[in-house]
Amino acid sequence: MKTLTKLQLSIATVVLSFSVLASPSVQLDEAKTDITDTASLQNGAKLFMNYCSGCHAISFMRYNRIGTDLGLSDADIEENLMFASDKVGENITTAMPEKGASDWFGGTPPDLSLVSRSKGTDWIYSYLKGFYADESRVFGVNNHVLENASMPDVLWSLREGQSEEAFDNDVRDITNFLDYVGEPAKLVRIDLGKKVLFFLAILFVLSYLLKKEYWKDVKYGIWRKRD
Amino acid sequence: MNNKQSWIDQRFPLTKVWNEHLAEYYTPRNFNFWYFFGSLAMLVLVMQLVTGIFLTMHFKPDSAQAFASVEYIMRDVEWGWLMRYLHSTGASAFFVVIYLHMYRGLLYGSYKAPRELIWILGMVLYIVLMAEAFMGYVLPWGQMSFWGAQVIISLFGSVPVIGPDLLTWILGDYAVGDPALNRFFSLHVVALPLILVVLVFLHIVALHAVGSNNPDGIEIKKNKDKDGIPKDGIPFHPYYVVKDIWVVVAFLMIFCAVVFFAPAMNGYFLENANFIEANPLKTPDHIAPLWYLTPFYSVLRAIPPMFGSQFPGVLGMGAALVILVALPWLDRSPVKSIRYRSAPFKWALGIFVISFIMLGWLGMQPVNELNAFLARLFTVLYFAFFILMPWYTSIGKTKPVPERTTE
Repeated sequence: MKTLTKLQLSIATVVLSFSVLASPSVQLDEAKTDITDTASLQNGAKLFMNYCSGCHAISFMRYNRIGTDLGLSDADIEENLMFASDKVGENITTAMPEKGASDWFGGTPPDLSLVSRSKGTDWIYSYLKGFYADESRVFGVNNHVLENASMPDVLWSLREGQSEEAFDNDVRDITNFLDYVGEPAKLVRIDLGKKVLFFLAILFVLSYLLKKEYWKDVKYGIWRKRD
Repeated sequence: MNNKQSWIDQRFPLTKVWNEHLAEYYTPRNFNFWYFFGSLAMLVLVMQLVTGIFLTMHFKPDSAQAFASVEYIMRDVEWGWLMRYLHSTGASAFFVVIYLHMYRGLLYGSYKAPRELIWILGMVLYIVLMAEAFMGYVLPWGQMSFWGAQVIISLFGSVPVIGPDLLTWILGDYAVGDPALNRFFSLHVVALPLILVVLVFLHIVALHAVGSNNPDGIEIKKNKDKDGIPKDGIPFHPYYVVKDIWVVVAFLMIFCAVVFFAPAMNGYFLENANFIEANPLKTPDHIAPLWYLTPFYSVLRAIPPMFGSQFPGVLGMGAALVILVALPWLDRSPVKSIRYRSAPFKWALGIFVISFIMLGWLGMQPVNELNAFLARLFTVLYFAFFILMPWYTSIGKTKPVPERTTE
């Protein structure tokens, strides 16, 4: 019986680890983002608004939510981040007309609200760093991660102006910001989780002591003599 | 207090129900780890109902708005993200708990006489739960919701003669779309939960009429003292109530760790592709149902089309579920518990569990030659567990069963 259970458990473990380890076809760089790093998120927000938001919406996100979460005032937001709308409570859409988009790129650039959840942060980070010169393409660039991407290398001016390490950090900040945009609740979720587990741990001990106290009777078979 | 109690008792059998089902419901004293999952399943059911009520307040069952309304819940509704994660994690937790609950039944022969009806009600519950989970998974209207629904629902189209008409009738359209989303919503939040609650009630009424089985597989009611109380029984309340509270806390610790630290569970509980809105023009590279349905999906894929029809696979998948109902009559062993079973049964159960896990894993993988072969092999082994059961449970030497429960 014991060996049977053990055998079944070990097979289940092997099966699960296989499917978790199954790697994607392209080797991705680790993004190593940290959602608790507010400075990184602020920089990411700024870079996203300057380099990405011209074409890509993050329409499930509101300007003032970013403000509340990243410690920016409404004035900060209006001055530094808002280019396409005039009210801080609005969703972050793009100014690009749909007709123009399909003429210029062959399709509307995707909304990036959930890109971190569908593709993962490593993918975003590697994709943004993955552009290389390819004259056969319309914009003169191709991408290692997403072959024949129809997006131009919009970060080239950012890369030109600074060291490779500083550029990597900027890309990491954009990725970090998109991770936050994918799930704003992540900022509170992990912290709250620790508190919940701490509470449950105490409850676990107390409920065990309660159970132990009651079950003393069962152990000695005296429960019936109690009343 | 006593006055109030008798006032109610004259009008409603409060004390009687309390005693019959809790204070004087005698439960075997030797329950082990495997006996926690029944009450945990009840806990998860209640949790799903409560979180579901709150999600329903904000969800829009409209193919143009459903996806965005889920993100609205995740972002703009106060604590909406928590309700959503509790609900989505709860769905997977439900199946974890139910599979362990069913495995307990297999281990200790809980399906054998006189508990056949409990088992059958349980199997119907399991099938309704799968339908409930499947329809719930369609509602967020992501790519996997849409294409998973497309694949599963198209199975009905393979029924000979009436298939295409049946499909149109189910979908209210020629493809999965707004009418399907609306009716799945209706079934998911009203019809199926009602059926689940009624079936759980019946499952427990039947259980309390017969009494619980136990790890020794003996009937404690055969050994009563002079007051008619089973010698190996203890009242459910307070003993198992306090024990279950402790178990519930332990369960919640694991559950909350997933909810707060890994709600997507690496794509197993919330698939990555489901964060992309449903697009009928763009088929994802790889469509797989959620993990708890994959063993049966594997059976479906393992059976090759015959006479140009997928119907045999659909029948096979249905048979894999329905055959579970026959278990009480296939088992001819004189003993219930694995502790006293013969060696052939232990081997058969081991192979069955491995087959089920492997089918589940294969159901998530893309089909290739090796996987197709393995799926067929394990499908055969899965069915062999049932078909050969009358034979292997009647051979081999069982151990003597004690009169009283063991420590």
